Amino acid sequence: MHVTAPGHAAPLETSTGLDHRKLLMWAFLGSDCLFFGSLIATYLLYRGKSITGPYPHEVFNIPYTSVSAFVLLTSSLTMVLALAAIQRGDQRGLKAWLLATALLGGVFLGGQYFEFTTFIREGLTLRANLFGSTFFTLTGFHGAHVTVGVIILLSLFVTALRGRLPRERHLNVELAGLYWHFVDVVWIVIFTVVYLVEAPNIVGAG
Amino acid sequence: MATVTGALPRVLRRPTSYTGWWSWVTTVDHKRIGVLYGFTAFAFLLVGGIEALTIRTQLAGSESALVSPELYNQLFTMHALTMIFLAVMPLSAAFFNLIIPLQIGARDVAFPRLNALSYWIFLFGGLLLNAGWLVGNSPDAGWFAYANLTSKTFSPERGLDFYALGLLVLGTSSMAAAFNFVVTILNMRAPGMTLMRMPVFTWMTLVTSFLLITAFPVITVGLIELAFDRLFGTNFFVTAKGANPLLWQHLFWVFGHPEVYILILPAMGIVSEVLPTFARKPLFGYPFVVLSGVSIGFMGWAVWSHHMFTVGLGPVANATFALTTMVIAVPTGVKIFNWIATLWGGSLSLKTPLLFALGFIVLFIIGGLSGVSHSSPPADSQQQDTYYIVAHLHYVLFGGSIFGLFAGIYYWFPKFSGRLLHEGLGKLNFWLMFIGMNLTFGPMHWLGLDGMPRRIYSYPAGMGWDFWNLMSTAGSYMLGIGFLAFAWNFVSSLRKGEKATSDPWDGRTLEWSIASPPPIYNFATIPTVHGRDAFWAQKYLETPGHQPRGVPSGGADGDGDGAHGQGAGHLGVHMPGLSYFPIIVALGLALAAVGLLTHVAVIALGVLIMLFGIYGWTFEPAEPDE
Amino acid sequence: MMDRRSPGHLRLAAFTLPLIALLAAACFPEHPQSTFDAQGPVAQKQLDLFMIIFWAAVFVFVVVQGALLYTVLRFRRRQQQDSLPPQWHGNPRLEVAWTIAPAIVLAVIAVPTITTIWDTATVPPGESLEVNVTAHQWWWEFQYPGLGVVTANELHVPVGRTVKVSLESRDVIHSFWVPKLTGKTDLIPRNTNVIWFRADQAGTYYGQCAEFCGIAHAQMRFRVIADAPEAFDAWVALQGERPPAPAGPAAQGFRVFVQKGCTVCHTFGGSEGEGVQQGRMDGFLKGQAQYPAPNLSHFASRETFAAGLLTRTDENLRRWLLDPRAVKPGNRMAQLAEAYTNAEKALSEDDISALVTYLQSLK
Repeated sequence: MHVTAPGHAAPLETSTGLDHRKLLMWAFLGSDCLFFGSLIATYLLYRGKSITGPYPHEVFNIPYTSVSAFVLLTSSLTMVLALAAIQRGDQRGLKAWLLATALLGGVFLGGQYFEFTTFIREGLTLRANLFGSTFFTLTGFHGAHVTVGVIILLSLFVTALRGRLPRERHLNVELAGLYWHFVDVVWIVIFTVVYLVEAPNIVGAG
Repeated sequence: MATVTGALPRVLRRPTSYTGWWSWVTTVDHKRIGVLYGFTAFAFLLVGGIEALTIRTQLAGSESALVSPELYNQLFTMHALTMIFLAVMPLSAAFFNLIIPLQIGARDVAFPRLNALSYWIFLFGGLLLNAGWLVGNSPDAGWFAYANLTSKTFSPERGLDFYALGLLVLGTSSMAAAFNFVVTILNMRAPGMTLMRMPVFTWMTLVTSFLLITAFPVITVGLIELAFDRLFGTNFFVTAKGANPLLWQHLFWVFGHPEVYILILPAMGIVSEVLPTFARKPLFGYPFVVLSGVSIGFMGWAVWSHHMFTVGLGPVANATFALTTMVIAVPTGVKIFNWIATLWGGSLSLKTPLLFALGFIVLFIIGGLSGVSHSSPPADSQQQDTYYIVAHLHYVLFGGSIFGLFAGIYYWFPKFSGRLLHEGLGKLNFWLMFIGMNLTFGPMHWLGLDGMPRRIYSYPAGMGWDFWNLMSTAGSYMLGIGFLAFAWNFVSSLRKGEKATSDPWDGRTLEWSIASPPPIYNFATIPTVHGRDAFWAQKYLETPGHQPRGVPSGGADGDGDGAHGQGAGHLGVHMPGLSYFPIIVALGLALAAVGLLTHVAVIALGVLIMLFGIYGWTFEPAEPDE
Repeated sequence: MMDRRSPGHLRLAAFTLPLIALLAAACFPEHPQSTFDAQGPVAQKQLDLFMIIFWAAVFVFVVVQGALLYTVLRFRRRQQQDSLPPQWHGNPRLEVAWTIAPAIVLAVIAVPTITTIWDTATVPPGESLEVNVTAHQWWWEFQYPGLGVVTANELHVPVGRTVKVSLESRDVIHSFWVPKLTGKTDLIPRNTNVIWFRADQAGTYYGQCAEFCGIAHAQMRFRVIADAPEAFDAWVALQGERPPAPAGPAAQGFRVFVQKGCTVCHTFGGSEGEGVQQGRMDGFLKGQAQYPAPNLSHFASRETFAAGLLTRTDENLRRWLLDPRAVKPGNRMAQLAEAYTNAEKALSEDDISALVTYLQSLK
């Protein structure tokens, strides 16, 4: 198994000094920015352009979603603590903070699930109107990113539990952290654009 | 490591055979993957060529009824999609794979298994995109697939589902490959090879890779919206629900214009390698050529609306995009002047690679000039969607990309086959293609200005279009014969061509410093680079203090470490082992996409296979057999 | 010797081919859709601008290709040359110069481009004729809002008068293009574009949809007929009248017309009321067998039918009514009308003769 593979004992020498995987992660996140950028642009273009309801102000529960956003932001803090733990060789802290981060992510996802089902009950579906299509697609893809993040965190947690995540492999936690912070930042943008900025309700606008 | 491997089920063991059919399926060697890309792309190129010849045959005369409009619309759509996504892009990818590690002095790419994954996804994506032929409904709304013609209401057939899903799958492949080459080029250069010492082809690959990872997410979103509309009933392009069809055009062209440079920059890179070699002179103004390539890459993001001059964006937007588009002609012109200056004063060996590179310049100038004429919105309003545009785009994509890629094939063939392509057949190939190309696409300038729209399956007599259409069709057959000459040359030279030395052209870059064909590990000792044209300098300048030294091989995703490649053991070089998992993951992804068109159970099966593949990938032992 | 020299000559011939083609086009103004035969101010300005760019391009073409050809001929390797040519790496001053040179050529093009953009975008002040154009799969609807006239596929305009055109679509994107009068502007659902043009000569000008719009895109043609002012007024007067009640053999045709359900999509007694065509589109979107179709009230005053595809003769009409799919594959009538989808409602020989008589009576 590659935990003990010889290459990892002595890190590869690279032209930039950055590990290959770290560079890959940065390139991926840059690419993902454009992915979310395009989804957000679609949302903005169609903001207030739905010709039938339900409209945002009829379904949004801002305090509820704010709590959920706060949970996700908190998970960024626990992620930082997990990385700090592995870097100083604190295996107990590592396991605790990894699990905490994954759990907070799970709470966020649970919140999103509840929100989605509530909206659907109130008549806002993927097919209902432009708002439904753009809202579910944008927040749904974000939720999918969080889900992948939770899976990565849980895999790291299990690996750590089995004693296979020693201090030398802190890069694995760092990469997960990069991804996790990115997903959090994207949520701040989505939360602002979708929930906080008052949408004009131009009924029947062309 | 042996302790853990022993516990894993047998299927997770790394395959060991470096020969035979399975060794190609499980290969992670960049050279073999490059060969796979090349042959697959050429096969698709032939398919796209047959589509093109059918189109030209239909248009040879007025009121032709050889093919129905339904079939014609599928043919022109699939011709474009095939040539862009399944021929030119993967041919470029073949060169990235074959050449980049050799040019930067590396033993492989940064993520060899990811590289294999890119290829297999490309293959399955290409088959998925073409699967429409099997059910009689291929995509038929043009490669640009403007909404809302693509909505379920106006295109109820399955064709556009294949379009959306096929391109989504292919996009995954392109992005995976691009991530790999960004990391490889930035991180795996031989000691001493600074960015401004990189060969121009490597530079253009880097720019292209950045364009891929930034442009593809945009079209991915567009395709997801299209697929959701068609499969799940969302309203992104449903005008009855208030949607604006221009959303698609913006998403498409924000991707589409960088895509144009994704298609042309690799060919420009190849030409920038071929010209100095055959002129026996360094590239004139290397920093200018590199910077103009980089600035073309940047400016490519600021011109997308020049594809939309007729949609009525208003005079301010039209004027702005006209100016940004004209500005992009400046770095393009700089490249051409520098190429001519490279030739000036040289000792030009007019071998086939140079002929194709010269053909590239000649034809690209024509394509560039016609391009300037539609950077001007009022002039473009008469040219948009006519054969004038068809002429323009083929001068840059056929005369440009294809000629550049052919220059590359003739140039690097000996490096990978150990034999030279036949010079006489090569010249025949070049002149057939050069004359055929001008005969096919030259008259289209006139046809367009004479009012012939594109994407029409027939035209009435009396419009004055008959004669030049006939000439154009004749030219296309000549092109077809040119491709046959190439295929004949390729096959016969591969079997009994003249043996090539490791450096048949007196090359300048590192790939010529190693044997032809290169050993699996490429470089027994990694060279140290002291300037541009590293190998040329070694041969002619003999830098003092040149000390070859060993460095670790590629492969940071866990498979670069430890596995012994064939024949590399005696040198103590560690090469990435073979792996089943790239093709398994790709198969799972493709099945999941097919499932979206057929049955949810197929999706589930695909996802399961993909998860199994990812699991195996992650826990694959580094050693093949312990 | 020969094989050394001939490539250059051949190449020269090959380069000049497109040029000759371009120039030759200018010699064929009688081609119906030639962009070189501008007959109005908008097309003329577009052509003038193109000619500026064309000659600038010819200049650049000759200079650059000439330089390339000369370089290749002069510096080709003659025999076994062992010595290396001079190893120049570049010349920054030269390179800056040829960065600026194309910029200057482009400035020459940019200035008239900008002025022409605004020139052609601004509707000239003063009196103008207003026309609403609605593109449908696969035909053109022309409405004259001030005049109460609705017609299809043949746009009558008075010579010398500015025509202000409002472009709309109810289904997919199309593009309005009359090469001799004006370049393209798209007709996009939910986006209305306004353009103008003027015909300076009486005559018939060919137009064609220029944005791929589906199966019959190739056969979505139309004509602009520029009439002398008096002729235009007479035409308007005729179109404004209620068509005569069908009499004699035409009355039989009218009965068939109604029985077979033609009236679901075709209006026949004057111009449509507000929202009639939109209602047909809405019906189609709901899955009903209907689609906006040409107003037939003054069908027999047109020269052509089926979106400019056929001349309006009895024989052609018979062909069309017998099997519209064969004439124009994909058309909505063949796809939706009961006469073609329901064998029980199929048109008999007599029905077709009667319909032809009726339609030809709709002056």
